[in-house]
Amino acid sequence: MALTAETPRIVADPMVPRVGRIRKRVRELSDVWTLTVEMDEPFAFAPGQFNMLTAFGVGEAAISISGDPARPGEGLIHTIRDVGPVSHALSHLEPGDYIGVRGPYGAGWPVEVAEHCDVVILAGGLGLAPLRPLIYEVLSGRKKYGKVALLFGARTPTDLLFRPELEQWRRRLDVDIHVTVDTSTEDWYGNVGVVTTLVPRAAFDPQHTIAYVCGPEIMMRFGAAALRDKGVPDEAMYLSMERNMKCGIGLCGHCQIGTVFVCRDGPVFRNDKLRPLMSVKEL
Amino acid sequence: MATDHVSVTIEKQGLQSLIDILAKRGYRVVGPTLRDQAIVYDDIARVDELPAGWTDEQDGGTYRLQRRDDGALFGYTVGPHSWKRFLHPPIQQLWKAARSADAATVEATPAEPERFALFGVRACELHAIAIQDKVFLHGPYVDSHYKARRDNAFIVAVNCGKAGGTCFCVSMNTGPRVSNGYDLALTELVEGGKHRFVVEAGSDKGRDVLAGLPKQPASSGDLDAAKKVTEKTAASMGRSMKADDVRELLARNLEHKRWDEVAERCLSCANCTMVCPTCFCVSVEEASDLAGVESSRSRRWDSCFTMDYSYVHGGSVRSTTRARYRQWMTHKLSTWWDQFGTSGCVGCGRCITWCPVGIDITEEVAAIRSSEPQ
Repeated sequence: MALTAETPRIVADPMVPRVGRIRKRVRELSDVWTLTVEMDEPFAFAPGQFNMLTAFGVGEAAISISGDPARPGEGLIHTIRDVGPVSHALSHLEPGDYIGVRGPYGAGWPVEVAEHCDVVILAGGLGLAPLRPLIYEVLSGRKKYGKVALLFGARTPTDLLFRPELEQWRRRLDVDIHVTVDTSTEDWYGNVGVVTTLVPRAAFDPQHTIAYVCGPEIMMRFGAAALRDKGVPDEAMYLSMERNMKCGIGLCGHCQIGTVFVCRDGPVFRNDKLRPLMSVKEL
Repeated sequence: MATDHVSVTIEKQGLQSLIDILAKRGYRVVGPTLRDQAIVYDDIARVDELPAGWTDEQDGGTYRLQRRDDGALFGYTVGPHSWKRFLHPPIQQLWKAARSADAATVEATPAEPERFALFGVRACELHAIAIQDKVFLHGPYVDSHYKARRDNAFIVAVNCGKAGGTCFCVSMNTGPRVSNGYDLALTELVEGGKHRFVVEAGSDKGRDVLAGLPKQPASSGDLDAAKKVTEKTAASMGRSMKADDVRELLARNLEHKRWDEVAERCLSCANCTMVCPTCFCVSVEEASDLAGVESSRSRRWDSCFTMDYSYVHGGSVRSTTRARYRQWMTHKLSTWWDQFGTSGCVGCGRCITWCPVGIDITEEVAAIRSSEPQ
């Protein structure tokens, strides 16, 4: 069952990681890094899926994939915030270091349902990372969709993730991009206020819109409410949930929310299914 | 299966032959035995290691062994152990890794080659094993360690001759008579100075082992007597629960005031989850040498009653005992159906007996039912 970086093999035990090697590490924000992992075999994934990443000797964490599914040659890309022991170790891996990878897991963003519809992508903070593969896919197939709006909020201007890429997307004339910060600084000339305040500014037809929402849970709750106020039904909203995960494959129990396992049935849920679960405190 | 049952009777010495045959065939025989004033599951080699002449008295938060005067070998119900400690052990290493500057290897810990003969499995426990089968074997991902142990296991079931004070298998439709999922099933008959066992085979493996035992054909009188044993047990259940609609009852009462009341009593100690034969949750742990060259990952039983269980950056999702007890009980009786198409409760009563404050799942269901807001 030995598995090395040189001789990859499909392992029968889904709890055993494959070995990858860090190709590149880029600092995005003061506490956020993007890692590019070199795998021995092409790594196919769908936007919104996640991997279980192992920092050998420290532990494992569920991290969403933030790269472009159409460009596997770029390597396997994750964007990680340094918040706990495992994410600290992962985010401090250097080029050449080894990393354990299990995945891809979970149900991602359903892109095909948005064809011929307007698309609203609502992101808060690091929530932009799991949405980035979806953004790549929507932009590369831009003609298939109606209006496309990206609404992004962060705490402060220095917390704006993927800022160079945001500037790049903003130069396109076929995407409506609005960015806001909760707290301004003196060099900030943009919007100030929570991300939900951007919803009324975006141009889209609420009855023919698919919305993709990712961010802190409280932001998603108010974001979904703002979209609903505008007339977008829950059936047309998709939210990505975060819960404690030890296995990623429905065997450890940790990520349950009532009837569902976030790892297996999510992490992306259609809001008509998720909303009843989220309306019960501490479910 | 029922039509081609071979039924025979064996004497007490026949049981010794059974243990011997299983051991000879390479099984590690584990069964009930006395330890620390409780009946636990451990290795057995001889019939006299079984708890002959012992019984148990169980109630909410209470477990006491007592003598019985008939020398019965299976005259008690279930104790603090369940068979999951063998099929889904408390700690299981998953893999080992080694790193150097130019290589990293991960080696899966081989699935346990051990072959268990589970000796003395009750009807509720067979159902519990079937429920864990659904979790570990019948989903999109298969647990290789569980599969190896499960595939290799030989199951000797025992029909219950006594209902415990906290038993409610009749309510959950899981006992006291075994229906399937066993290789051999025993019914103990102790009457008129005779001590015999009616044995039924439930699989080819079972029939094969049975062929090697000193036995006599079971008479219709023996079969009647065996049937009466479980009928008597069924009529004397210590607890009951109206279970036909409990899934919906709990699903629509997630904000019932009873959750606050039970949280006042619950210590959030996790005993109920440790003794439960269906609870499957695990956490993972990493171990490393000081140089950081070699490391390994293991999983260990975990419980939804801990704060760590639902921890995400910023805090625990279920920070209150109210929420944690509700998670456990609604999972057992309600959301398990949504996830696995079956109840997660088999009515064994362990969670009632081993709760240090005697919280009773049947009482909690009844309380919610009787005070459901209209």
